[in-house]
Amino acid sequence: MHKTSTTSPPQEKTGLSLKQRLAEFFADLYKVHLFVLRFFKEAFLPPFEFKEIVRQCFEVGVRSFTLITVTGFIVGLIFTKQSRPSLSEFGATSWLPSLVSIAIMRALAPLVTALIASGKVGSSIGAELGSMRVTEQIDAMEVSGTKPFKYLVCTRVIATTITIPILASYTAFIALLGGYLNVSQNEGTSYTTYMEQVFEPLVFLDFTASLIKSLVFGFTIGIVGCYQGYYSTKGTEGVGKAANGAVVTAMFLVFIEEIIIVQITGWFR
Amino acid sequence: MEKAKANIDHKKKVIKIKGLEKSFEDYAVLRGIDLDLYQGENLVVLGRSGTGKSVLIKLISGLLKPDKGTIEVLGQDITKISEKALQELRIRIGFSFQSSALYDSMTVRKNLEFPLVRNRKDITRQQIDTEVEKVLDAVGLSQTINQMPAELSGGQRKRIGIARTLILNPEIMLYDEPTAGLDPITCIEINELINEVQQKYDTSSIIITHDLTCAKMTGDRIAMLLDGQFQRVGTFDEVFNTDDERVKPFFDYNFIQ
Repeated sequence: MHKTSTTSPPQEKTGLSLKQRLAEFFADLYKVHLFVLRFFKEAFLPPFEFKEIVRQCFEVGVRSFTLITVTGFIVGLIFTKQSRPSLSEFGATSWLPSLVSIAIMRALAPLVTALIASGKVGSSIGAELGSMRVTEQIDAMEVSGTKPFKYLVCTRVIATTITIPILASYTAFIALLGGYLNVSQNEGTSYTTYMEQVFEPLVFLDFTASLIKSLVFGFTIGIVGCYQGYYSTKGTEGVGKAANGAVVTAMFLVFIEEIIIVQITGWFR
Repeated sequence: MEKAKANIDHKKKVIKIKGLEKSFEDYAVLRGIDLDLYQGENLVVLGRSGTGKSVLIKLISGLLKPDKGTIEVLGQDITKISEKALQELRIRIGFSFQSSALYDSMTVRKNLEFPLVRNRKDITRQQIDTEVEKVLDAVGLSQTINQMPAELSGGQRKRIGIARTLILNPEIMLYDEPTAGLDPITCIEINELINEVQQKYDTSSIIITHDLTCAKMTGDRIAMLLDGQFQRVGTFDEVFNTDDERVKPFFDYNFIQ
């Protein structure tokens, strides 16, 4: 039995730990950089795993569909309901559809979809690959002549990059329906009139920026989930950490990307 | 329980290892290993936990890169060949993992089909079914074909893991702790299966274990790994008829059938 060393002063331990953490952070950053480069190197070289990509797209869609439907509808409904008092003060409730559509199309739909997907899809990818890593399933794939990076990582990242924009469009539609419920209850506006008012203020840039944003978010969620899972260590504890790390990191990055893309889009308006 | 005499070709080496070294950070696990595996031979690598036995077979299969030394497998130095050549070579090597490493999300059938479908592009559905049935029959688990890995016992998982490697008709088998975590009767069944594989599939094998029963039942030759090097290599009796204080305790604390 080893005795615990009491010789090092606590300050020194803290200093060393901070240094080690910084070193670990930069080592991790370098590993992420290599991971992303490897993705671009392998994803576009044959053989292409079309079947697996389609399966993963379906998985991503199915995993988030219910939650996105419920959340999207509630977001649209609540946003419209909360905006009503401010606009009614100026007698401008007729602007509600325009306000709702701008908010949903430009920001809420991609962001809400990305946050839900980070939680549902990102954590699931992190846990799945993490579990495969610690139970040697990834090694088993490698020794049986399959490239696990291409089969597991590239397919999942491509799937999230394709599926998140589709889900974001669906969220936008559902959120607009939520908004319509409130507008029709209060103003008795018809569905056709509501939709006309919804699309009136939107310009091509809104759709393009939203699409680009969703693509970036999808890629981020996929790559972060895969990175966390693929390099998972320390047994079952590592699987939990991979799932948690996938959610936290992906959400953090999504917010950072949102700020950057909004800023860039602003220059083109 | 003595092992039946195997058909070993001592003129043909399927694995040649020279001066192999591997360290993890400051800890040198393997310190200059030399090893030959002959055609048709079962070589058991014995040693305590943490002595680098599993590291050795991961180096042989290219899952880890050595710090120094050469590893020649079926005439190719895996430290020098391209990624593509290594992938092709791996198809000729079967690796049975300690944890079985079955794909959790797939049924037994899908697990067995996976390496076949991935590596033989021109194979027909009928051929796949025939191959799957053949290997399942070889490991005596035909009834589990539609089960998920989670529904199998530890021994069954090991057998399916072995079947998955056999489906590609490997020339070399690498077994990582094949009897770890199994009851004594299942251990004996797995040991018998290893011998059957050697006979039926004409494989040369490296068996990593710390189980002396497994070593005695399956090994044509035993190599004792101590302090990062092979200290004793020979038949079971040659290795353990010794006064070497580092080897004797290992023998004394094990139960031999």
